[in-house]
Amino acid sequence: MVFLNYLISGIGLGSIYAIIALGYTMVYGIAKMLNFAHGDVIMVGAYVCFFAMSGLGGGSLPAFVPPLAGTLLAMVVCTVLGVVIERLAYKPLRQAGSLAVLITAIGVSYFLQNAAQLLWSSSPKMFTPVVSRDLQVPLPGGSSISVLTILTVAVCVIIMLFLTWFTGRTKMGKAMRACSENKAAAQLMGIDVNKTISMTFAIGSALAAIAGVLYLSAYPSLVPTTGSLPGIKAFTAAVFGGIGSIPGALLGGLLLGVIEIFAGAYISTQLSTAIVFGVLIVVLLVKPAGLLGKVVREKV
Amino acid sequence: MKRLGQMKRSTRTSLFTYALVIAAFVIVQLVRTFKEGGVGSVLEGQLIPICAYIVMALSLNLVVGVSGELSLGHAGFMSIGAFAGSAVALGLQSSLGSAPLRLAVAMVAGAAVAALLGFLIGIPVLRLNGDYLAIVTLAFGEIIKSIVTNIYLGVDEDGLQFSFLSNTNQLGEGGVELIRGPMGVMHSQRISSFVAGFVLVLVALVVIFNLVNSRTGRAIMAARDNRIAAESVGISVTKYKMIAFVVSAALAGAAGTLYGCSQTTFVATKFDFNTSILILVFVVLGGLGNMWGSVIAATALTILPEALRQFSDYRMLVYAIVLILVMLATHDPTLRGFFDRLRGKAVRGLDTASIRRGGKTEKGGDAR
Repeated sequence: MVFLNYLISGIGLGSIYAIIALGYTMVYGIAKMLNFAHGDVIMVGAYVCFFAMSGLGGGSLPAFVPPLAGTLLAMVVCTVLGVVIERLAYKPLRQAGSLAVLITAIGVSYFLQNAAQLLWSSSPKMFTPVVSRDLQVPLPGGSSISVLTILTVAVCVIIMLFLTWFTGRTKMGKAMRACSENKAAAQLMGIDVNKTISMTFAIGSALAAIAGVLYLSAYPSLVPTTGSLPGIKAFTAAVFGGIGSIPGALLGGLLLGVIEIFAGAYISTQLSTAIVFGVLIVVLLVKPAGLLGKVVREKV
Repeated sequence: MKRLGQMKRSTRTSLFTYALVIAAFVIVQLVRTFKEGGVGSVLEGQLIPICAYIVMALSLNLVVGVSGELSLGHAGFMSIGAFAGSAVALGLQSSLGSAPLRLAVAMVAGAAVAALLGFLIGIPVLRLNGDYLAIVTLAFGEIIKSIVTNIYLGVDEDGLQFSFLSNTNQLGEGGVELIRGPMGVMHSQRISSFVAGFVLVLVALVVIFNLVNSRTGRAIMAARDNRIAAESVGISVTKYKMIAFVVSAALAGAAGTLYGCSQTTFVATKFDFNTSILILVFVVLGGLGNMWGSVIAATALTILPEALRQFSDYRMLVYAIVLILVMLATHDPTLRGFFDRLRGKAVRGLDTASIRRGGKTEKGGDAR
């Protein structure tokens, strides 16, 4: 039953990676850029939620209000932040090479980390989980599953369903797919490319806020560099599943989380990150475009 | 001056770069010798790291600018070079008295180990391209970091002892612990010097310019500009990319040794993803394929955080803002046109880009 417990916590962690990876993959699919500041948007979201929760908590409000309000506020702040970052730092570089945008994204990432350090100091804050980690639901066979994990997986599934519906059915979603296919042609069809890209950043950043709240609920130590490691891992997950593909991000995130937990439990905790990346390398060698990625033929 | 005008542009660029580095070295040495207090204690401590970062930037520029592959794990090679070189330097401490000679041997060893690793990593990595190649180099960088953190290496009269994950080495009397896992390496003496750093920068420049301006270098650039066209005229793309990758890894290894031997103690986590990114920032800011640009960018950006000390708490924030603004300014069409016109009029001779930025590095835009 130990195995089942590891599997459950792997899926829980993987769901968080998947939510972050969705943000990476959508931005990459449409703007063809690696948004390195995405991990730091997670951190900002977590701080906003932390302060909102400690501001609202302890009053006469029902117990579910502070976490919910905190998460919503974090989503709003991150959405605005994502759109502002895109407008100020990335939009002027639309015509420049992808490396220039990459370096700017790194600059934004440094900026957010250091701004957070100045505003909220670098001493770790203990994040109150949105749902207590002690709440467990017993499973047949003696093991149990925490409510937090159930919530995480449920949120991840809801987001996936929403995004599938959004990109497949709505006008804006279709515009996004058109832009990621061919920006120039999309513009000729009357799609406002700039607005579409802003929308993508808005959705990605809102997802980052949710992921930040869930991640910190599971791993509660909050510092200004909290976002960078899950950011890198989620980016890996996005590549793992095939960057640009929404189901790929889910699959990549889940696999990455499960592999990380299993490697830490059965092989070596010190080497779990190395093993995760080792598996990534093997996967990319066998399937160079990721698990669900589209192989783009090179045209001569 | 007339002869300068007749030279090939590549020769002029390399001569300019050599002159720049030598002039900077002479000025710094003069200031250190004749001025009271030298170059100031802050800069003094940064001299060797600046040399190491210049070599790192040059070597990464060979991969990113000349060979056209984005590498996000270059600090891994620096790490390998630092640990291998430091271990050799520590091991030879009793048998080889002369510090410069020991440093030279250590650098060769660091470069050799890094080159070997570069070759092994290159086999899988160079089969991929684009962002997937970048993420795999990132992965290798992280793997190297995790593995090096768990290596324990010691030496005593019976020879080398090695253990992994936990320290099971039983060192005899007079044994030396070379690598101490998460504690890293500890030196009893720092053998790197600014002169050694300067020599290494010159060696790196000689190697890179001779490689780039040779038949091999042209093949590497041809493979960068158009892989399919290069293959169709009989260039083995993998082979030439591998040459660039291994040379780059070797230089990075030597730079790592230089850095490692200048610190009393260092750990593997120093050479993480952020360090790789820092070096990439030097390369991109200096200009892809532009070697003297890398030299200047590496120097300026290593000094910048120190120079911003007056802002105290705000210095890294200012650093980030400067970085963003510089990227925005250098890609602003108006400013760019202005500088292009300025350059066209004034210094025709010293064209900034010895190697034109290839289409390969701008991939992703409208390739399909």
